[in-house]
Amino acid sequence: MSQSSLWEYANPRKFLQTTDSVLPWVAGLAAVTLVVGLVWGFFFTPDDYRQGSTVKIVYLHVPAALMAINAWIMMLVASLIWIIRRHHVSALAARAAAPVGLVMTVIALLTGAIWGQPMWGTWWAWDPRLTSFLILFLFYLGYMALWEAIENDDTAADLTSILCLVGSVFALLSRYAVNFWSQGLHQGASLSVQSGERMAMEFKLPLYVCMTAFALLFIALVLVRTRTEIRARRMRALLARDRMESA
Amino acid sequence: MPDLGKYAEAVLSSYAISLVLLAAIVVLSLRRAKKVKKDLQEIEKKVKSNG
Amino acid sequence: MIALLTRDIRLAIRAGGGFGLGLSFFLIVVVLVPFGVGPQAEILSTIAPGILWVGALLACLLSLDRIFALDWEDGSLDLLATSPLPMEGLVAVKSLAHWLTTGLPLVLAAPVLGVLLNLPEAGFVWVTLSLALGTPALSVIGTFGAALTVGLKRGGLLLSLLVLPLYVPTLIFGAEVARRGAEGLNVTTPLFLLAGITCGTIALLPFASAAVLKVNLR
Repeated sequence: MSQSSLWEYANPRKFLQTTDSVLPWVAGLAAVTLVVGLVWGFFFTPDDYRQGSTVKIVYLHVPAALMAINAWIMMLVASLIWIIRRHHVSALAARAAAPVGLVMTVIALLTGAIWGQPMWGTWWAWDPRLTSFLILFLFYLGYMALWEAIENDDTAADLTSILCLVGSVFALLSRYAVNFWSQGLHQGASLSVQSGERMAMEFKLPLYVCMTAFALLFIALVLVRTRTEIRARRMRALLARDRMESA
Repeated sequence: MPDLGKYAEAVLSSYAISLVLLAAIVVLSLRRAKKVKKDLQEIEKKVKSNG
Repeated sequence: MIALLTRDIRLAIRAGGGFGLGLSFFLIVVVLVPFGVGPQAEILSTIAPGILWVGALLACLLSLDRIFALDWEDGSLDLLATSPLPMEGLVAVKSLAHWLTTGLPLVLAAPVLGVLLNLPEAGFVWVTLSLALGTPALSVIGTFGAALTVGLKRGGLLLSLLVLPLYVPTLIFGAEVARRGAEGLNVTTPLFLLAGITCGTIALLPFASAAVLKVNLR
């Protein structure tokens, strides 16, 4: 009983205690790296000879897009842990992560569309990557809506985790389907031009800092939100017990 | 401010909207956290005095 | 299991069972489209395969909450759950009943409605075939969504939000078969991918739907 394992943190009270000390550091680091990365990328990098100054959008678009996907993966893992080991903190963490993932997806979509506008001449194009993120946006919405719709905490956790599992399979499937579907596009280069061409180090370094910043920001936000969910759940339990005893 | 040339609108609006969205999720998360923490403390106090 | 199947079919067909609802909706959508995009034959024949697919998909979507709603409301779902029939079997039968009463009629109606949209001659076979192959997947996926929202009052909108993203791959490949077939191009790749999706969903999703129902029936 005394060996320390990662599963100890699955205990809600232990989670709150541990994150009490960890959270300020993660949040502080996130803020610092975000400022450093964005300032570096915005002010101290040259323009791309083809894309001009729009290349600066990459410091927002790529980290956001990466976190949009990583957030879903984290939700998938947390859902699996809930299904297998029934740790409440896991289910609550998945619920906590969804709005953050949603915001990342929206940022990826908007910056992607704005970035593409000078290239494509329109505010939106059914580029395979943008389209896939649009579908991911819908998956996030559905997941969050299901949590909201169900009263019983455990039922909601069960249903949303199964949805996350099934959704992940279909999200992957959609990615391939959308790539297949957009083969008919004749118009200009797709948004993946920035991952296709080799990036010079002067662009890559601030990009890595921004990617780290977004990851840290995600972690900090999920920690904050999971703590909130744990407390909210405890509140509901206390209210329910109180109601039963006074009845 | 670096010379953004003809893409100034695009770059500035991307940064503006991204920062606004990030600020929004941070502020909303922190506000809800504070509120729930306060509500929980109140309820725990009430339950302790009842029971 | 057969008894359950015939019971569901009979329930769907009798008045108020929603049998004609899907078909009527399909017809309405197809009739509305020319009003929306203009009556030019060239435009209509280009988009006809896609419209038929989207119309059929939406008509399917409309009828999904009926899959479990009636049995949930009068408690027969609880009874069925305690029967020796495994939950996966129950779910599969429900999906089959849905397809027979909703999907299949849509498949048969599609070529008729294709005439209204100036569907090219080559397209008739491929629209019908792709719908025949794809609508079972729509029923099975829809059953999963219906199981998730079975207990909710007015869960219809949430059901649509959950199911529509899951429908995207089927729609993409199904419409691709229909479109390419109508233009006389080779359809093998999307056809096999569509078949793959249908087989995969039929084989695997009932387990997820059964798990969901068990949770909701607790």
